[in-house]
Amino acid sequence: MTVLQEPAVTPETARSIGLTEEEFERLRKILGRDPNWTELGITSALWSEHCSYKSSKIYLREFPTEGPHVLQGPGENAGVVDIGHGFVAVFKMESHNHPSFIEPYQGSMTGVGGILRDIFTMGARPIACMDALRFGEIDAPRMRFLIDGVVRGIGDYGNCVGIPTVGGETGFHRCYNGNILVNAFALGVARRERIFHARASGAGNPLLYVGSRTGRDGIHGATMASESFDKESEQKRPTVQVGDPFTEKILLEACLEAMRTGAIVAIQDMGAAGLTSSTFEMAGRGGTGLRLDLDNVPLRQPGLTPYEMMLSESQERMVLVARKGREEELEKVFRRWGLEVANIGEVTGTGRAVLTWHGETAADIPIQPLTEEAPVYRRPVAEPSDLAERWRAPEVPQPSDPRESLERLLATPEFASKAWIWTQYDHTVRTNTVRGPGGDAAVLLLKGTPSGLAITCDVNPVYCYFDPRRGGAQAVAEAVRNLACVGAEPVGLTDCLNFGNPERPEISWQFREAVRGMSDACRALGVPVISGNVSFYNETEGASIYPTPAIAMVGVIPNLTGLPEAFFQREGDRVILLGEDRSEFGGAAYLRLLHGIEQGRPPEVDLDAELRLAKLLRSLIARGLLGTAHDLSEGGFLISLAEACFGRRPLGVRIEVPLTGADLFSESQGRAIVACQPAALDRVLQAAEEAGVPAREIGETGGDVLEVRSGGETFRAPVAGLHEIWSTALPKALGL
Amino acid sequence: MKCGVVVFPGSNCDHDIYHVLKHVLQQDVTFLWHQDDTLQGCELVVLPGGFAYGDYLRAGAMAALSPVMGAVKRHAEAGGLVLGICNGFQVLLEAGLIPGAMRRNQNLRFLCRDVYLRVERTDLPFTWKLREGQVLRIPIAHGEGNYEDSPERLDVLEANRQVVFRYVTPEGARADADHQWNPNGAARGIAGICNPGGNVLGMMPHPERCSEPILGNTDGLTLLASAVEAGSQVLGARR
Repeated sequence: MTVLQEPAVTPETARSIGLTEEEFERLRKILGRDPNWTELGITSALWSEHCSYKSSKIYLREFPTEGPHVLQGPGENAGVVDIGHGFVAVFKMESHNHPSFIEPYQGSMTGVGGILRDIFTMGARPIACMDALRFGEIDAPRMRFLIDGVVRGIGDYGNCVGIPTVGGETGFHRCYNGNILVNAFALGVARRERIFHARASGAGNPLLYVGSRTGRDGIHGATMASESFDKESEQKRPTVQVGDPFTEKILLEACLEAMRTGAIVAIQDMGAAGLTSSTFEMAGRGGTGLRLDLDNVPLRQPGLTPYEMMLSESQERMVLVARKGREEELEKVFRRWGLEVANIGEVTGTGRAVLTWHGETAADIPIQPLTEEAPVYRRPVAEPSDLAERWRAPEVPQPSDPRESLERLLATPEFASKAWIWTQYDHTVRTNTVRGPGGDAAVLLLKGTPSGLAITCDVNPVYCYFDPRRGGAQAVAEAVRNLACVGAEPVGLTDCLNFGNPERPEISWQFREAVRGMSDACRALGVPVISGNVSFYNETEGASIYPTPAIAMVGVIPNLTGLPEAFFQREGDRVILLGEDRSEFGGAAYLRLLHGIEQGRPPEVDLDAELRLAKLLRSLIARGLLGTAHDLSEGGFLISLAEACFGRRPLGVRIEVPLTGADLFSESQGRAIVACQPAALDRVLQAAEEAGVPAREIGETGGDVLEVRSGGETFRAPVAGLHEIWSTALPKALGL
Repeated sequence: MKCGVVVFPGSNCDHDIYHVLKHVLQQDVTFLWHQDDTLQGCELVVLPGGFAYGDYLRAGAMAALSPVMGAVKRHAEAGGLVLGICNGFQVLLEAGLIPGAMRRNQNLRFLCRDVYLRVERTDLPFTWKLREGQVLRIPIAHGEGNYEDSPERLDVLEANRQVVFRYVTPEGARADADHQWNPNGAARGIAGICNPGGNVLGMMPHPERCSEPILGNTDGLTLLASAVEAGSQVLGARR
């Protein structure tokens, strides 16, 4: 049978599918001959930035990845940590930026689908999702369409599969006008002994293909995600996959059931680079070989070439290695759930992948040189020449009326309530949601135990632009603080490192510095990095996004009784400000959003102080002393105070603080507002003193007015009015 | 009481209701597979929330034709208890066990948040432990909960006292035109209805999601407790 018309294999055609000339040469050396078109396509996918981490690997090694709770660090489909009571948490975050910018609904849908498969492929039942979203200015071209599509996509997918979306964060900045970020996080839970790995072993064990049929969608998605955007990007719409959450749901149930049979050796989902990455990575990790019979791959339409089959990114598909002789048992489970199963080959001991199609050899290549020994680059690094200018301390205009400044900030999309987004996500299904979206961290009940899990995601891209090292550390520190506000001790983090083009020296510098900052904070605060994802080439027409190392952190709450809220719960509670106030406005929201000034080195991150604060918060909460705990972050004291007034029933507060003028909006790190009953006040203050955390009683909750005395002046704002501004601003800005 | 939870491949609240019936209310509970035409002797059958067969067609349309629904229909006709929650309500409508239809939410978006329900009727096996006029705070999570029927048929429904729950303000006042309180735009604020016999109830809100103190709300538990404690005697006496 003649092969369909495929381009000739030359350095030029190799370049057209993403391989450099040196990489093409490297492949020729590995093979000892010219590759055919299928082999070239497979290599292009495996060596794409997205799959190989070739520009980031040397820096990622700096992350601390081990800890007392870590059972599986980076390198698998997701990381695994021990959370006690015989359970493990399995989690990961992954980007779907490029497809979501081209086609927001399908892009974000398949982002959620992919991350869910990464979790259940490990044998864990997903119990929660979060999303870190970065949009451009709302008035930028296509932006309302993008926001609407992304939110609908995330909702329609998670809602149908039945995994609650319990938190996340949404930011807006002009640097994302031409390249939005969609980072999807998922968390699963399993019994410790039930974890599965994606390591193919046992020559003769059959390879089973399960799930949706293979079509022509998403071919070269991984390569597309490894390039910058330009005017032609619209033509890449066919590289975006289409999601089917119902199939995902039955795939999830069927896989978990099939895993319980004991007949599965290894299993992996077909994500980026589909059949190629799933089979090659499983064999690569296991040091084995593969025989793939492409005639048996279930096709959506006839006539796909081996190249297309190997590179399709059709969704909701899995490959698994079965124990020889027990295929039927597995097939029975999958058929009961209405899923198609096909035997597409077997594990071999040769270390090579041999693909046959129509009686001919379609590809014959060694696996480990392509997976484990993919190219690694140390890209040129250069500090920006204007760094001193960027760090010049900004002039800080004083607010003429702090109340007016507060109201204007609450009306910005950055600070407005995100309820319009998260009410479109089912956040209560599975009945584990103890604290849902809108607080510092979401809290999930671990059924059958007194414990809970807390999750949060954080990053401040403006800080990261002005000082990536400090910004990276700040993201980790803030996440630890958010977890501490619900009494949770961190057990690990996952990240989505979104950057521009690493071939530009300044971008590689940003990346190196951000990773170092994160690593500093992880070491100081005792949080290992257990999984993650790098997304480079986030730029359009040469304009790069701000460095955005989004992190998602998971913590354990030993006992869920007496958990505080992020808002004031009762009248007459005493309010205490923890941490040290300084006047710090580098990259601050007050300057950026009210005065159009984006300038200066971001606030200092004192990791020892952060650790003391986190320990204090956890201990106060464990003793049941706090009714409210809410951290201070972007926007500073006054923003956090106002947010604390916005409970289910808005509640006022009377405060006197030594902060004056603009300092009400200073973004000094390591601070939190807590509230307790009057009888507990002394114990709280004493505990703070013993912990070495500055603490000041600043007032009392009650009434329906936010009243602040500062510097001899008093301003009052009815909470109902502030709440109205805050809760309606986002739909208004979207024109709804 | 022996309870059965129907499992369609796309059900996703099946484990939640199972958990409350089994671990909170200490009942004998079993899952009922959609392809089986038997209820294994269950007295209370729950059709849970989710997306039965994906619901890419009208929600519940395909599920209404599944083998298990034949058994559910026979059970209902014989006076057995059937509770449809969210997608289960949609399936009951499509199966013709209760009248009316669902349209997409008025704002065309999926909505997940707490709503307030007024109990319109307490002489039912599902509501006998509640007070008439009582206001419950219960979460919803759906994209198609905008209940509709012709004005004439809605009048019949009201006359037969088949409206069991209505979306209201926290104080219990009707506000049918206000999407803050009637979240999906349902006709006459209808959140739950029963069949003329009162043994089949469909409701959009999720009582199983607010049945444990740790979740901060137990308003749904009394409703579910009513159903499992109803027993045939209560049911018979109240008919």
